Amino acid sequence: MPKFIKDVSIVLGGAAGQGIQTVEETLTRVLKLSGYNVYANKEYMSRVRGGVNTTEIRVSSEKVRAFVRRIDILIPFKRGVLPWVEKRISKNTVVLGEKENVEEEFLENVTFIEVPLSKISKEVGSSLYLNTVAAGVIAGLFHADIKVLEEYLRKRFGGKGEEIVEKNIEAAIRGYTLGRKLCEEKKVEIEVSKDESVKDDILLSGTEAIALGALAGGMNFLSFYPMSPSTGVAVFLAQHAEDFEIIVEQVEDEISAINMALGAWFAGARAMVTTSGGGFALMTEAISLAGMAENPVVVHLAQRPGPATGLPTRTMQGDLNLALHAGHGEFPRIILAPGTIEEAFYLTAEAFNLADKYQVPVIIMTDEYLVDTYYNIPDIEFDRIKVEKYVVEAEEDYKRYKLTEDGISPRAIPGYGKGIVVANGNEHDEYGDITEDEELSRIMQEKRAIRKLETIKKSAKLPKLIGDENARYLVIGWGSTFHVIREALEQLNIDDIAFLHFSWVYPLREDIREMFDGRVIIDIESNVTGQFAQLLKRELGVEVDYKILKYDGRPFSVEEICNALKGVLK
Amino acid sequence: MNLDPKIFEPKRPGSQDVAWCPGCGNFGIRNILKRAFVELGLNPWEVVIISGIGQAAKMPHYINVHGYHTLHGRAIPIATAVKASNPELTVIAEGGDGDMYAEGGNHLIHAIRRNPNITVLIHDNQIYGLTKGQASPTTMLGMKTPTQPWGVFEEPFNPIALAVALNASFVARTFMGYFKESVEIIKEAIQHKGLAIVDILHPCVSFNKLNTYTWYREHTYWMKDHDPYDREEAFKRAIEKDPLPLGIFYINKRPTFEEMSPAYKKDKTPLWKRVPKVEEIKRILDLKRRF
Repeated sequence: MPKFIKDVSIVLGGAAGQGIQTVEETLTRVLKLSGYNVYANKEYMSRVRGGVNTTEIRVSSEKVRAFVRRIDILIPFKRGVLPWVEKRISKNTVVLGEKENVEEEFLENVTFIEVPLSKISKEVGSSLYLNTVAAGVIAGLFHADIKVLEEYLRKRFGGKGEEIVEKNIEAAIRGYTLGRKLCEEKKVEIEVSKDESVKDDILLSGTEAIALGALAGGMNFLSFYPMSPSTGVAVFLAQHAEDFEIIVEQVEDEISAINMALGAWFAGARAMVTTSGGGFALMTEAISLAGMAENPVVVHLAQRPGPATGLPTRTMQGDLNLALHAGHGEFPRIILAPGTIEEAFYLTAEAFNLADKYQVPVIIMTDEYLVDTYYNIPDIEFDRIKVEKYVVEAEEDYKRYKLTEDGISPRAIPGYGKGIVVANGNEHDEYGDITEDEELSRIMQEKRAIRKLETIKKSAKLPKLIGDENARYLVIGWGSTFHVIREALEQLNIDDIAFLHFSWVYPLREDIREMFDGRVIIDIESNVTGQFAQLLKRELGVEVDYKILKYDGRPFSVEEICNALKGVLK
Repeated sequence: MNLDPKIFEPKRPGSQDVAWCPGCGNFGIRNILKRAFVELGLNPWEVVIISGIGQAAKMPHYINVHGYHTLHGRAIPIATAVKASNPELTVIAEGGDGDMYAEGGNHLIHAIRRNPNITVLIHDNQIYGLTKGQASPTTMLGMKTPTQPWGVFEEPFNPIALAVALNASFVARTFMGYFKESVEIIKEAIQHKGLAIVDILHPCVSFNKLNTYTWYREHTYWMKDHDPYDREEAFKRAIEKDPLPLGIFYINKRPTFEEMSPAYKKDKTPLWKRVPKVEEIKRILDLKRRF
């Protein structure tokens, strides 16, 4: 009899359009509201119908926040799901569902428990209720609060009429009863403890964290051109545009999107664009303009594998070099890469202050894995967020590019004060007028590329160290891999290894060099060439000893990192 | 009201070194602009000129209003956002025919759809001046240039017909050699609520030996008794080639981008003065606790 303790990984698989997301949403919410920690992440194909999409839900006694490869319970909604996840299943995997959805050859390799999902849903009234029956079964396995499940379905389907609501509740209860029965008959045994405090947690996705963080940072203008996996941020903000009284505009192309954002900042708004690698590639011309004109801008760059169209719905950390080098000429920028959902919120909010203060492009790098992940977080601390505005009033004889000690010229905007503001993408004098003067050209290049960069460097945030600072082995990572590396290290439970995570990716402070001294450095990143390792070498002269790289478009799993680290540590 | 156009003459050292050739039509356009601003009672700090790249795009440096000299073809999206971020400003996007019709063509098309309340001024001299004489989208058929030595065979771009076809909000053409009329057209364009496109014919004294001051006088005429609210009539006029009609071709009053935006439905405050709605964020987060 399969028994799952503390942490269960449930995978639902089916065709695009089969409603897997409905089950996922119902389950995560109902289980969370019943006191379970939940984590969810999906993988999906770039198509509207058909194919195989799966979603992983982890239900746990503790706060788990990382992708695992193993599947404890699998619900296939169609044939083809088991072959698709073949490498993730074993004899321990319980497959719940109908025989017709399980290929013969797999019946021997898994624990198959027949659950007549279709039959039940048809008895309720229509095969449309299949998803709700399935959600009910899982909820039953966990002894979730049935009242919560009912209430959730009432809210979710409330707009579709009383009959639909009642039918869904009936479907859920029948599934639920069946799930409980499986436990009572000891066909499946689950021991995951509930925690009352989890009920009040917030269930937040990476996408929502970026969008809400932007709003908390004072963002009031979003221009974008749709591109997976970045579009979710625009969708969320568009749907809340009225509540927040902000501008959200879908424009003709990414070139227009970023130029609009520059124009908005020039007029004092706080603007963001959300895009992915291909879109960002088109924006590089304007990134260069931002560099020359010292025009603030915030870019959310949600990575997916390239080059070109690559794998539109999958994940990779392959665009670091693009972000580092986007735009021609030499000018500073700031690159941030949140490691967690919470950090996605706080860092995005902070990005607007940084852009305002230093008048440079601030690029927030996420990836498909982070934006499509969600889990419960206790709270958002609003005390940690301060909206710092740096705009000055334009006085007579205002000089937009005034030479200062730290390379930062006070930024005025049209409409505030009676002075005149002239910004310029050509080389310019202090007033912003075109110049080709030899001396001034040199000074202005140094102002931007050296003095300003040094000023930013001084205030750069330190990476986060987890573990003993004197550990012999130091694992380094950046961005979305935070939790998966953290959980892998917890599992390995080796004293002599620490983890250094970078969410402030560029520019790097010089004084962090000593953190690497005398240690065996293991670089973990999701790309082919180890782009962050290259950056460390270039900026700080740090050489990594081992690289653990993954670039098949799938996220790292806890197991993979454990195995790879075991290989390195021998 | 101050009626002295001198308030629009900048005193900055860099603004004294004007890069336009002696006799360039750009000087005339600058005088027209200054006069229009004065007659509209505008102050220098109330106006923003966003320009692209080219000789025309140097305007922000030679006139005393806010300016942003940006990238080739990108003035329109930037100007759109400036207006949307602060509707209290008078916003002008300015550039040449290459800037607005070639590199920036896509933005022009979509700005017509979007209809921000900005004025787009195109200095149309039918040639690339700053890069020394290549054909532009409006160069006439058969004209030989260093890069079209066989003579232009591509159909010249017709900005007026395009704008009318797309149901643009305000479409006009003028020749900068007619000072008073041009001032009136530009005043109307600025006052028009919605996207106003003014194609301003002007000679390039260095690189276009065909379309001279005399040529424009001889090959243009002012439309009389034309009803700018009649779209079909406007289109008929728009496709006339020689002589080219001058005046306001088409007016189509429709809501602007800014007024349709949820940002300004209730609150007219420019975006730079606003603070985040933290309570609203907390409300959403609270929903995510309960649902």
